[in-house]
Amino acid sequence: MADPTGLIVCAAVLVAATVFGLIRAARDGKLRPRRPRDDASRLSATDLGEPLGTRATLVQFSTSFCATCPATRRLLRELAAATPGVTHVDIDATVRLDLVRQFDVLRTPTVLVLNPTGHLIRRASGPPTRTELLAALEEAATA
Amino acid sequence: MFDRATAQCCNQDRACRDSTGDPGPHRLRSRVVGGVSALLTLPPSVDHPSSGSESHLPNVPGTPALIDPRGPRFAAALTTLVLAAALITGSGALLAAQTLVFALGATLGLRFSPYGLLYRTLVRPRLGPPGELEDERPPRFAQAVGFAFGAVGTIGYLVGPSWLGVAACALALAAAFLNAAFGYCLGCEVYLLLVRSRGRLDHG
Repeated sequence: MADPTGLIVCAAVLVAATVFGLIRAARDGKLRPRRPRDDASRLSATDLGEPLGTRATLVQFSTSFCATCPATRRLLRELAAATPGVTHVDIDATVRLDLVRQFDVLRTPTVLVLNPTGHLIRRASGPPTRTELLAALEEAATA
Repeated sequence: MFDRATAQCCNQDRACRDSTGDPGPHRLRSRVVGGVSALLTLPPSVDHPSSGSESHLPNVPGTPALIDPRGPRFAAALTTLVLAAALITGSGALLAAQTLVFALGATLGLRFSPYGLLYRTLVRPRLGPPGELEDERPPRFAQAVGFAFGAVGTIGYLVGPSWLGVAACALALAAAFLNAAFGYCLGCEVYLLLVRSRGRLDHG
């Protein structure tokens, strides 16, 4: 009888990875409300290097080795172009480690939705959907 | 090991494109793609322009190579099978072979790794052209990360300690499986975490 360790580990890994994958699929890209520790988080035009949108600002953190960043970039650009007062700022996470730490960015793309004063309204880890983004933009403009 | 793999990956970032000119039989496409996407759960292409076809893309020097995203997905499925077999049998030789495949994928690009060639000759002609293309760099970086885990695991199995072989092989299997089944590129996500931790070391 061969050593069953490998078989047991293999089964455990596949089960654990499936659970992880399903949980992440459910949460991926969800635009969650800001957490209590984000309350003081505010980004100015100086922080971003670009002016804030008068309705909302979509801040995207990307890297070169990010498979889903280009699609998110296209979507955010399109929304910013179609909605007056909404701007899209794409940040190279490896260049702005200060912002990465400030906002606890662990994955790319991470998307922050800022209101006109630069306060964080909602954030997403992973590619957000158009529907959720449109709702968040409404919320940011009135918040 | 990570740093060397990263540097290698970056140095290879030159413009070269998927040279598969033959679009394959279109009539089979809808039927076969439906079946295969159910099997491999292809990522949704809602946000992408569906008209993007390889022949229309300008070949601009200095831009990253664009590849058929189903290629890396197919490679991940094969990698999952090989790593599972290596883990179950505890075969250092099999893990070493997979590590070599990772090394070829990271240095030559996924299209020229053994699984990429297999995809292009056997699978792609049956699928028809891809609805979209993706940047080659993320999956290629992930191959370098896979190589790092594979190399550590191979040393664990062949030299010892054997728990190191099991642990490294298990982690690589988890990443390959998540890519094949869910389309998550865990290896890609390692990049930001690496840069973050390196920045912390630099700044004390």
